[in-house]
Formats: sequence, C-alpha cells, structure tokens
Amino acid sequence: MTSSAKAKNALELTDLSVAYRVAGRNRAVLRNLSLTIGQGEAYGLVGESGCGKSTVALTVVRYLPRNGSITGGAISLDGQDVMKLDAEALRRARAESVSMVYQDPGKALNPSIRVGRQLTEIFELGGVSGQAATDRAIAMLNRVRISDPVSVMQRYPHQLSGGMQQRVAIAMALANDPSMLILDEPTTGLDATVEAEVLDLIAQLRQELSASILFISHNLAVVSNMCDRVGVLYAGMLVEEGPTEVVFNDPRHPYTVALLRCLPRGGQRKDQGRLDTIPGFLPGIGTDIKGCAFADRCALADDRCRSELPPLYDLGGRLSRCFHHDKAQALPRATPSDVAAAPKAAAAPVLRVAGLNKTYASHGHALRAVKDVSLDLRPGETLGLVGESGSGKTTFARLLLGLVPPDEGGTIELEGKALAPRLENRSDDQIKAMQIVFQNPDSALNRSHSIRHLIGRALKRLAGLSGKALEARLNDLVRSVRLTDRHLAVKPRQLSGGLKQRVAIARAFAGDPRIVVCDEPTSALDVSVQAAILNLLADLQSKEDVSYIFISHDLAVVRYLSDKIAVLYLGRIMELGPSEDVFSGPHHPYTEALLSAVPKLDQTETARIRLDGEIPSATNPPSGCVFHTRCPRKIGPICEQQEPPLSEAQPGHSIRCHIPYAELARLQKAVVTEPA
Amino acid sequence: MSAVQSTSPVPDDTRRRGPLAEVFYSLLRSRTFLVGLAIVLFWVACALFGEHFAPYDPLADDIINALAPPSSEHWFGTDQIGRDVFSRVIVGSRDILTVAPLATLLATVAGTALGLITGYFRGLVDDVVSRILEAFMAIPVVIVALLAIVALGTSKTTVIVVIGLSFAPIIARTVRSAVLAERELDYVAAAQLRHESALHTMFVEILPNVIPPILVETTVRLGYAIFAVATLSFMGFGIQPPSPDWGLSISNNYGMIGGGFWWTVLFDALAIASLVIGVNLAADGVHGALND
Repeated sequence: MTSSAKAKNALELTDLSVAYRVAGRNRAVLRNLSLTIGQGEAYGLVGESGCGKSTVALTVVRYLPRNGSITGGAISLDGQDVMKLDAEALRRARAESVSMVYQDPGKALNPSIRVGRQLTEIFELGGVSGQAATDRAIAMLNRVRISDPVSVMQRYPHQLSGGMQQRVAIAMALANDPSMLILDEPTTGLDATVEAEVLDLIAQLRQELSASILFISHNLAVVSNMCDRVGVLYAGMLVEEGPTEVVFNDPRHPYTVALLRCLPRGGQRKDQGRLDTIPGFLPGIGTDIKGCAFADRCALADDRCRSELPPLYDLGGRLSRCFHHDKAQALPRATPSDVAAAPKAAAAPVLRVAGLNKTYASHGHALRAVKDVSLDLRPGETLGLVGESGSGKTTFARLLLGLVPPDEGGTIELEGKALAPRLENRSDDQIKAMQIVFQNPDSALNRSHSIRHLIGRALKRLAGLSGKALEARLNDLVRSVRLTDRHLAVKPRQLSGGLKQRVAIARAFAGDPRIVVCDEPTSALDVSVQAAILNLLADLQSKEDVSYIFISHDLAVVRYLSDKIAVLYLGRIMELGPSEDVFSGPHHPYTEALLSAVPKLDQTETARIRLDGEIPSATNPPSGCVFHTRCPRKIGPICEQQEPPLSEAQPGHSIRCHIPYAELARLQKAVVTEPA
Repeated sequence: MSAVQSTSPVPDDTRRRGPLAEVFYSLLRSRTFLVGLAIVLFWVACALFGEHFAPYDPLADDIINALAPPSSEHWFGTDQIGRDVFSRVIVGSRDILTVAPLATLLATVAGTALGLITGYFRGLVDDVVSRILEAFMAIPVVIVALLAIVALGTSKTTVIVVIGLSFAPIIARTVRSAVLAERELDYVAAAQLRHESALHTMFVEILPNVIPPILVETTVRLGYAIFAVATLSFMGFGIQPPSPDWGLSISNNYGMIGGGFWWTVLFDALAIASLVIGVNLAADGVHGALND
C-alpha cells in the first residue's frame, strides 16, 4: 500500500498519558501507554471498567471530554501525528480515516432522522450527493447484511431492533472506508444471539475490508474470538500484551490470570467449587501508584513490586509488566475453592406454579407475555430462567412476586398454600418469603437513604425487628454479605456496583426468605465482582437453604448456579429439566442455538448455529410451534400447524418439539456444543 | 456467620462530599446565583432594617415639599403628599417579601402533595385530580383574587391564599412528572414487597428523590409570586394603604406620569424589576447546580 519499505502502522500510541481534571486536580487515567496496531490487524483491549479502555478510544481522535487532556506522549495514525493536526486536519481525519462504533446504537443514531438520511449525509460530506449517495447507502446496508435496505432506509432508528441499529451504526462507520475502526463494546447491550450475529458480521467484514480494528471489550471471550492480538489494561497501564491465543491460554501477568479464573468455565457448577475472585479494588483514578499497580491485589507481590514499577518484559513476541511473569500462573487463589457439599433431601416443593398466563392489551391486540407456564421448585434449589430479551423471563418473575397480577386461572402455591395474585392481598409472611434482587442496584436502592436505613427498614418490615434485636441482626446480615460497618453510614452512590448489589442481597435476605428471585444480578458488574457475587449467592444458599429463581442471559453463569433450567421463548417454556441434562443435551433446537451463540474462550471452532432475524412479536406469535420461523431444525408443515406439547423426554426433562428425543440426540451428536 | 472471604474495604470515594454539599459548593461557584442572591439579600436587608437607614420616615407627609423632583435632599424626589420616595422604596420591600415567599411556600406544599398523589396512584385518581387542576389553571389569578376578596375580605392572608392556590397546580404538574419517572424505579417495587403504606412510599421513599425539581420550581415560582403580589397591590386587591408597598405606590401615583412626575413611579417599578431579576438569577443558578 505504501511505497516505503516498512509499512506504516495503522495506529501507534507512544508513552501516551491522559488526565482528567476533577475538583481542580489533574488525575491520571492513562499512564505511559504504548501500543501499536498494524495494517489490517484486529487489536483487542480488555480490562475492568474504570481502567481507561474508553479513554484510549476517545484519545485516538482527540475527542476527550472538556476536562480531559493529553499530558504526554504521541499518537500516530497512519503515520500522521495526531497531536500536530490543526482543527481542519483533525476534522478530516475523523471524517475520513477513523470511525467509531459505540456500545449503545440507540444513542449513536439520531432518533428524529431517517436511517437513509443519516447514511447519505456521510457520503455528502465526502462530496457524493443525490442518487449516487443513496445508491452507496443501499450498498453499505447490503454490506452489513441488512436484507431489505430500501425499506430500512425509510425507517427511523426506533423502528429497528437493537441488532439492526448496531448494523446501521457499523454501516455508517464503514461508509468512508476508514483505515481504522474503533469498536467500543459494540455488542455489550445485545442478546447473545444478536451478539453472535454482529460478531459474525464484523469477522466477515474484516476479510472484505482493509481496516485495522481496535476492539474494546470487557468480555474476554468476545475479544478472544475477534482479535489477533490483545492488550490487558489495568489502571491505565498496559500490563500484558500478546497474540490473543497465547495470552488467554498462557497468561503471564497475575491480573490476566485472575481475570480468567473469575469466569465460570467448562461447565463449572456451584457444588464443584467456588469461583476465584480478585480481592480489593481498582486504584481510583489519579491515585499515585508506586511500583506495580496491581500489587495491592496480588498474592505474588513482594516488597519490590510495591516500590518499583515493573518494566514491560519482552517475552518473545509478547509483553508482561510483572517481575514474576515466569510464575504468574502460580498465583494462589484469593477464594478457597472448597465447598461443603450440602446433602439435599428430596423435600416437598417450596413453590409450585401451574398454568400461569399473563396477557397484556397492546393497541387492541392481546400480547401474551407468559403462556401456560407450570413448574415447581424445591428448597435449596436454583431454577435458571434463560431466553432472549422479550421471552418473558422478567414478566414471569414479576408474576410470582405479585408485582403484576396474572390472568385468571393459573395458580401459584408457596409451601402448599395458594398465593393471592396481587401483592396487596398476600400476608406479611408470604411477602417476606419471596423477595428479589433486581438487575440494576442503582434503580433498586433508594439513592436518598443510607445503607443502614435501607437494610434496617427491610429488617423492621420483613423480620418485624426493632431496637437492639434489629441492630444485632443488621450486623449479622451485613457481615454475611461481606460488607463492613463502615459501609452502613454511606449512601448507595458512594459504593461500587458490586457493593451496591451486596446491599440489595442483604435486603432481600432480611426476612429469611424461602425464595429469592435474582433478575440478572451480575449483568452490570465486572467479571471479578460477578464472581464474588455468585460465590456469595451460592454460600447463602447452602447456609440458608433458600431457593433461587435465577434469570440471566449469560449461560455460563446460569449453569454455575442452577440445578434446574427453564428455557423460555415468547412466554412459553420450550425446555425444562435438570441443569446438566439441558446443557449436555440433547436439547431443544432453541436451546441448542442459544448455547451455540455464546462466544467461547477456548477457541474450539464448532459448526455454529445462527438464528436468523429477531424474536417475533408476542402480539402476533407464529402459528404452530412459535419457534418454527427461526428454527434451524424445522421438519415440515407440522411445525407451522401444530403447537408441540411440552413432553417429558426423560424423567424430569421436558422438551417442546415435534422432533422425537432420540432423533434430536442423533442430530445434535454431529455438532457437539461445548458451553462456555 | 463466618466470612469466607476477607471483607472488602470502602473505596476511596466514600470520602467524597455528599450530594447536598456538592450542590452547595457548585452554587458558590455559580456567578449567576451569587449575583441573584446578592440582589435578593439586599432587599431582604431593606425589609428587615430599612427604617434604620432610610433618611426619612416613609409615612411622614410634608405637603409643602410635595412632588419635589430628585435632589440631594430627596434622592428619589417626593410623592404627592411630600413623602420621601427613596425611604418608601427601601421600606416598601417589607410586605412583598413576606407575602410572596409565604404564598410560594403554600403553593409548594400543596403542589408537592398533589403531585405525589397524582403521580403515585396514576390511573383514575390522576385523571380526576389532574383535570380539576387544569381547570383551575385556566382561571386567571385576578378573577380568583376578586372572588376571594369578596368572600374573605382584603388582607395579606387573602393574597397569600390566592397566589398560593393559583400556583399549586403548576408545581403539582412538575412534581407529578418527576414522580411518574421515579415510580418506575425498582426501589418502589421493593417498597411494595415490604408492604409499605402508600403514604410511606410517597413521602419517605419518593419525595427525597424529587426534591431537586421541586427546589427549582419553587425558586422560579417565587419570581412569579413577587410579580403577582405587586400586580394585585397595583389593582388594589392586595396590600392596603398606607403601606409603602411598591405595587401600591405605583398604583397611587401612575396618574402623575402624564404631569412629568416620573420619579413617583419609576423607582418603585425598578425595585420590583430588580427583585424579580434577582430571584430569577438565583433560580437559574439553582437549576444549573442541580442539573450538572
């Protein structure tokens, strides 16, 4: 491409330092960061939130917020020194050579302008107008595999699904054939099935285009599937870098080692051992760091690590910023793995749900959010609820809790007694027996109240305690979720996400519940924090014999915690059975597709099953089997005409499919889906 | 209960200031707010201590010097019965600065309660109450004032009640929309899952979180209330003579402008304008500080 002998690198950061000015002081966010992305290379940047990943992306095009400034170093884009560009040249660079795709496509697209106009605008900036611009826009949408580009051009962003919006955002980013594409968590808000599609698209585009990619993600598995090389960022410093496969299979920095251990992998389950965690916290931005930034959280750290900044050791094609890089994998566990196996007696079900339905009226149509759901749950058991968004998981949970009244006819029985459909008509005992940990602690914890008030009020109302007894129980409860007295006086916003979620868990456990609904409790958390919360939930369960209804889109997390799985699609149970049976198969084709969509760290490339299109609207579900429109194993007209029954294929394992169990087993043997 | 894992330390940011302190500090950095506050405080000082530094007794007449133009003796001139306009302007802030804030307070309390109820219960309660409030908002303040005066007689209390009740629906509307958003948050569902009463949920759970929009609306309303009090006084419905109230003075003297005696009206008008501007600047500052 270039006439010079040495091809120019697409991006070169040299000793880059960036600081944000907060409360009158410059606080370092990136510290002497150097990295290089070659032509056509895909470079992944991983790390926990707050370590500076997004700042890197913004800095490349000098697009920092007003209080941010580059305090040192150089950025070179295609051999051009970005720091020396004047306003006009910078504008041209942003318009022509670098493109960005952000996490939330809904916010990246202008809600009041049609998709077509937003696309043609980009070509007009490049001097193409009229019909030519329209043609190129259509070509661009074709390129991102949008099947009906002409009609999509006429639509507004809100009329597209999340996956389609992200495709449009990618089309816009690619419009000017940029040499550098920056993807900042491009699939984080999407369902696993949609994520898989978008990642496939990016992988295909990589082969068609020459663009180099900077791929930022907290999801190690996604990066491992997408990138040639990966850099691990910690407290604004590069701590490890190397070819993706090498780094993830043979990490040489304790932080990378610890991060990888936090993930439930290889079908790990709660009764086989606890997940490892990373103790402590990321240093706050702007903290003075002497020595290794990770030393405070590292069990391998010695005096030298605390006083002297380790250099980036070159270990032959890979780098590690650790004095002990040779023995990084010997990092001792922060959390002992052993668990006391709780012997489980076959007790009577604590919860029994039969024929539960919920229909909403939506513009004159009936929207069946939950249809004919029956299941039961034993004490100390976890039921995992999985399915794409819109499958009715959360509605089902809210029906159980009484926050939403179900349609007439269905029954919910708690310990043998029928529950009133509405919360107001349930007794105090029934209410305290079923509690919830919400997905987003910022919404679930009243931001005006102190942690003491939040937990104390729950103890007062649910456990009926007051005075000294309340105080004593409060201290117990706080300790059992591993918070300390120091946390009690503060307001939720002064705590990190993981600590907030612990408060929410303490609150749910205040009245010694029989059942706790966990609605995606870890989806907003970093992996190290997620591991700690999952361990906590598992510990509390074995101690208190509480049952969980665990909703998550992360199948590895569901598998770790669940004894039983229910797979929901359009409000119907498609598959229900013991966790191991559902994961190991044979399973429903929908479950098969869900499992196949999950990006895996161990790159065992299997034939993948992709679901086409979106989950159909619940106001107008497909006839027959509701999954037939997307089913990769559809057998014929019977699927379109008759809804298959949820039939017990094996004791305790039911599948709603026309394909006989033995046939499913034979079909799926060919494709061994190994879950994450 | 044994801890399996060492307890996590409180992260650094617990040492950060609380949200209220943060708002306070950002107010102190806001030039708009400080200028507005200075103007308002100036008039508050006049209301409290005006008679001590006013050069003349604001009520003492001096017929011989009636309608004297501004001079070194009478900086703002004298009115038709020879009262010193400068002294009257200084002391004239007293009534307006008691009546307007009290009216605003009444409007805030009533409006907040109504907004919480309509926003929390939604449905039928909201439909009925909101329609009534809208009907109320459609009636001009002056008409309400006339009716109230017929019923209750002229007094400061009447003015406070009339303005307070006329502004309550406006505040209720602001509070309602804030409550509607809060109600969707999971902490309200969590309160229901503890069988909390509606009153507890409204006033202990939701109210503290809608204080910022209420504060902004209150400061904005205060500006309008000052204007409304002055208008009612001007029309003779509010504060009664011989109070040196600004609106009342303008009302008594505006017939003189034609005769060239502009000073009897101008300074009172400027006083009203400056107070309204001061309050609005402060309101702007509060709005900025709370929405940063």
